[in-house]
Amino acid sequence: MAAKKVGKSTIRFTSPPIIAGTGTIVGPVEGKGPLASDFDVVLPDHAYGERTPERSETKILEQAARIAIERAKIEKSMVDYYIAGDLLNQIISASYSARQLAIPYLGIYGACSTCAVSLALAGMVIDGGFANYVLVACSSHYQTAERQYRYPVELNIQRKPTSQYTVTGAGAALVASSGAGPKVTWATTGKVMDLGAKDQSDMGGAMAPAAADTLLTHFADTGRGPDDYDLILTGDLASFGSEMLKELVRDNGVELDDNYRDCGLMLFDTKVQHVGAGGSGCACSAVVTFGHVLKEMEKGTYRNVLLVATGALMSPLSFQQGESIPGVAHAVVIEA
Amino acid sequence: MASQQAKKQVSRLPHMTQAAQEEKRRQLAYKELVQKRKPKPRYLRNVLVAFVVGGAIAALGQLVLGFLMSRGLDLNGASAPTLAVMILVGVIATGLGVYDELGEFAGAGAAVPITGFANTIVAAAMDFKREGWVLGMGAKMFIIAGPVIVYGTLAGVAVAFIKFMTSP
Repeated sequence: MAAKKVGKSTIRFTSPPIIAGTGTIVGPVEGKGPLASDFDVVLPDHAYGERTPERSETKILEQAARIAIERAKIEKSMVDYYIAGDLLNQIISASYSARQLAIPYLGIYGACSTCAVSLALAGMVIDGGFANYVLVACSSHYQTAERQYRYPVELNIQRKPTSQYTVTGAGAALVASSGAGPKVTWATTGKVMDLGAKDQSDMGGAMAPAAADTLLTHFADTGRGPDDYDLILTGDLASFGSEMLKELVRDNGVELDDNYRDCGLMLFDTKVQHVGAGGSGCACSAVVTFGHVLKEMEKGTYRNVLLVATGALMSPLSFQQGESIPGVAHAVVIEA
Repeated sequence: MASQQAKKQVSRLPHMTQAAQEEKRRQLAYKELVQKRKPKPRYLRNVLVAFVVGGAIAALGQLVLGFLMSRGLDLNGASAPTLAVMILVGVIATGLGVYDELGEFAGAGAAVPITGFANTIVAAAMDFKREGWVLGMGAKMFIIAGPVIVYGTLAGVAVAFIKFMTSP
């Protein structure tokens, strides 16, 4: 019997895992945004002293992971599992960082929803009694994502108003079975939703139906509503996707008000910085949640936060073959 | 939320099951909503900037052509070196990391002139150089420009064929 399962697809952790330490690193553009002071490291440039942007991404992911372990005041050898993912083919950033860290490793792919997926999985592993310490981490990099999903970095391309900017950065959290810190209390696993969107320059619009579905499922499963949270946070729907999400949940009688925000919009000053509709990428929700939101929770600004991280699950191949863009969204609740 | 139009379109699909029709209806309704709300590019601004920047690049080409002709080349003789100079300008601007910003600013104004064509090749070459000279840069530098070359050549052959068949 699944005693911890609630409703259709939500888990209530009976002994909630604790976020004992975090590490966040962002790139130069994010470093000029409004949240810059919340991050542990701001890179001077995209290369970060490495020969390729892929190596640079691996380096920041590993570094963020090490910072999280250090902040949790434990030894690396005490960590039971390293759950990590990124956006690149065969999740090389995660796997190559795992090679350096030498912690038992579970690589995952959830596109930009990876941050919430890894937190939910860490919660299950810990609450299930399989581990004391789980390190979760994810990364993205403007230059590696750009060349894999779109065009060469130096190509002359005019962004559409709905185009998003892949966040350069890495976020890691050390999740522990006991201790002090914010707790992960609930997790709602999303199902893949595809309403036939095919515009590659509009990921927010493609992922909004998944975010709406997961949000509504979470509310139905838990009996909670938007007013029960100090902050409802989507990962990277950006300006247009957020608007579509509000519209979709409104059709189901749920109103998202001032306590709703999107990580992709919080990370940048979208009026001044040339990032299109806002940020995207695994690191987007990871650095905003682990860097900014948890710090604010510590200060007492928020007591409970619902993070709905969204991911677009297409590949350049599926796109070129004319397939539509499936989206997924996973929700986790973090309480002070 | 399915609108009238979406319902009408779905009712034309009688072979589908009820659930599939419902799914299709949701898809169409969402597509409609997205199309209605999606912010449009600033067309007028984009067209004007493209005209001015594209024109400025062309004017620069004209200056180069004029200079070469003033040094004694005739129009035919000066054309090819003018193109070479403009390609070099595009290559250097790409290498300095300026041309992608010009593209973001000017759109087609930066993409259409031959400097933009040079940019597509150099940008790809710069990216793929990290995977080596042969399998990286050598194999992939025409990843953007390739289709232009293939279909440009084909179109050239087709037009020449038509001219050949129709000339007396």
